Amino acid sequence: MKKSVILGAFAVAGLSAGMAAAGTLDDVKARGQLNCGVTTGVPGFAEPDANGVWQGFDVAVCRAVAAAVLSDSNAVQFVPTTGKTRFTALASGEIDMLARNTTWTFSRDVDLKFEFTGVNYYDGQGFMIPKELGVSSAKDLDGATVCIQTGTTTELNLADFFRSNNISYEPVPIETGAEAVQQYTAGACDVYTTDASALAAQRANFEDPDAHVIMPEIISKEPLGPLVRHGDNEWGDIVRWTLNALITAEELGVTSANLAELAGGTNNPEINRLLGTEGDLGGMLGLDGDWAERAIGVAGNYGEIFATNIGEETPIGLARGLNAQYTDGGLIYSPPFR
Amino acid sequence: MTDTNVSFVRTEQIPPSPPPAAEAGIVKWMRENLFSSILNTVLTVIAAYVIIRLLMGIVPWFANGVWEAGSMRECRDILAGASGACFAVLVDRWDHLLFGFKYPPEAYFRIVIALVLLLVAALPVLFQTVPRKLLLFTGLYPFIAYWLIWGGSLWTPLMLLALFVLTAMVYRLIGEQISTDMRKIAAAVVGLIAGVGLAYLLFIGAGELGFIANSIGTSGALNTVAYGAFWLMSGFTYLFFIPMGIFVGYAIYNSYEGGGLVSVVTALLFLYAALTFVFGPVSDGLASVVGLELQAVASRDLGGFVLNMILGTVCVSLSIPLGIALALGRQSDMPLIKGVCVIFIEFIRGVPLITLLFVANVMLAYFMPPESNFDLVLRVIIMITAFSAAYIAEVIRGGLAALPKGQYEAADSLGLNYAQATRLIILPQALKISIPGIVNVAVGLFKDTTLVSIISMFDLVGMIRGPIQNATEWIGVYWEVYGFGAMLFFVVCYGISQYSQWLERQLQTDHH
Repeated sequence: MKKSVILGAFAVAGLSAGMAAAGTLDDVKARGQLNCGVTTGVPGFAEPDANGVWQGFDVAVCRAVAAAVLSDSNAVQFVPTTGKTRFTALASGEIDMLARNTTWTFSRDVDLKFEFTGVNYYDGQGFMIPKELGVSSAKDLDGATVCIQTGTTTELNLADFFRSNNISYEPVPIETGAEAVQQYTAGACDVYTTDASALAAQRANFEDPDAHVIMPEIISKEPLGPLVRHGDNEWGDIVRWTLNALITAEELGVTSANLAELAGGTNNPEINRLLGTEGDLGGMLGLDGDWAERAIGVAGNYGEIFATNIGEETPIGLARGLNAQYTDGGLIYSPPFR
Repeated sequence: MTDTNVSFVRTEQIPPSPPPAAEAGIVKWMRENLFSSILNTVLTVIAAYVIIRLLMGIVPWFANGVWEAGSMRECRDILAGASGACFAVLVDRWDHLLFGFKYPPEAYFRIVIALVLLLVAALPVLFQTVPRKLLLFTGLYPFIAYWLIWGGSLWTPLMLLALFVLTAMVYRLIGEQISTDMRKIAAAVVGLIAGVGLAYLLFIGAGELGFIANSIGTSGALNTVAYGAFWLMSGFTYLFFIPMGIFVGYAIYNSYEGGGLVSVVTALLFLYAALTFVFGPVSDGLASVVGLELQAVASRDLGGFVLNMILGTVCVSLSIPLGIALALGRQSDMPLIKGVCVIFIEFIRGVPLITLLFVANVMLAYFMPPESNFDLVLRVIIMITAFSAAYIAEVIRGGLAALPKGQYEAADSLGLNYAQATRLIILPQALKISIPGIVNVAVGLFKDTTLVSIISMFDLVGMIRGPIQNATEWIGVYWEVYGFGAMLFFVVCYGISQYSQWLERQLQTDHH
């Protein structure tokens, strides 16, 4: 126990705050634990299950990074953050990375000084309305009351959309997704707008899903991805290429079922480079050769993670759509492992 | 003249006949209370309609409640369109609602024991008739509860307890049991150490202020102002750290005759030195010899209603003494003490609690070195305690102001000094007047602990808003979980309120 640390913290702050922070990779290794920022709960993306274990699509990214760096997918301290606290938590060093369905935007990347390490889900903002309203296009929503979550990009997109179409609306600001659904189903607003993935997930759980329709218009681009702080490129590379390894694994047909077999060596040089039997890509990252094998071993490749957490077989029931591999007409595309 | 020719005179009284049906029993009560005028009749009918409509909604909802289902969908299938609650979520997640989702289930019993012991420890504080010897247990309780809830080595709380006892002994030794000459020597040594220590701290602090100034930078007008202000403070501190050290050291040395200041500073220095240099090695050493370990639980893993209970209990019990001290300090004749108390109270009362919590959660992390692990729960406890102490101080100041001046003068005329007068005459009366206000603050504070859900801590409300409402199985659950939360809070708050009314009746001295 180091209770004296607490007492002396203010005095010590003066000494150590002046020292340059060591690399995040070294910090994580020394700590033996990855501090990963997640949401306080978004169905399918990050939620603690009945046993208190974090599950979800974003959570899988954290676990893959932990497995790559620390060889243990459970060596993750999940730090729940809200829309308001997520960026300060990352900037202040409380967390090493943020995987919290956060939209990659110019100002967050440049002005807030973060580095987005890729996109793990391409989303877009949509509208849901009760079928009985009989509206077929979002442009007919003049004068509607709209339920919207505060402090998110959806709020700004909504204002832009209505302004550019010269129609008016009345926002009903709401803090969490669950409250928004409650307000919407109680009739407090005509329209509920948020990312289309969340709309689909929530509609699937309505008492009568068929009484509600999701408008065809998608009014924004919402590339969601993990992010790290500016200025530590080595650490950024590790997070970026761990995500790329999951994506490449799907492209090359590396699954959790055949992983062990393929790791023994194959005729495909790219699989060999990915799994460390050829070349020294892991060494360049400051990790060992098996890093990608461990990352894929946690929950399989990108496609498997998608299917188990948010895919069509789950209650969330999302189709791959934009999030299919580029070979299948989607946008999921990893630079080559070479 | 009276008429004597009376043909009939009753010899016994007529037995009282029952009152007319309209003037008795339930009918009378209803006539008087519900239908006494046209307006009241109308209001009664409206109220009855509203109540019946509410019951028509709520009763079937409760009666149809589903207690066994794996998800919201199964609930709906079982209900098959009928209106009904899905209490299955409470069955599935009751442990998360009470204990948080990360507290190890095999250790729940430790929290239950801690809560039962809390009742025992609270008894002598709440009820005068309970044997006073139980107060000893109350003193030990914080250490027991810490060990039970956070786990780890038993030696940690034991060593802390021993340190506090030793510190109290040092205080008594220096203050009362040594000769003035000896105390003069002690005062010289302690004054020197404290003076040098303070100067060192100020020196470090000046560097820290400069570091903050540099990290703010000069981009933008506001930043430039802050930059200048921090450098100005830094410069002042550099200028004065040696004189301040000398001044404080000399003041401590000079107070050796009274003994109060010297013994306080000695005790604090002793506590600090023991915690810094002796505590860690000795408790680690003892732990390595004899384990006495419970599974350690990190503060982050606390949650659910237990977190509200911990925050509420700890903060109320810390903020009452702190509030008393602040209230007395605000009435003090010494300008420095009075000024510090006034600034503290007015600053804290001028800032919303949620702002303080945000500062505790995110802002402090900027000022601390990245690896300094300053416990989040501890930060929150400090902020909430400061907040409620400021309010309780103002409540008690009201009680102090309500005392007639004669009480103060009577205490003086008996030859009591300040401490005696305050303890024996002033505070017992002032606190009695303040009870309703203090309880009001305490109940409000307990409910305010749910605000920590905003800074992503999973207290009861945080559990509901975050993990439970967003669990894939339980999307769409709403009234059941919030109703459960409201019930838990109502039980505790109503209990506190009933106790305070009972206490007021007990302390009533003006027999009407």
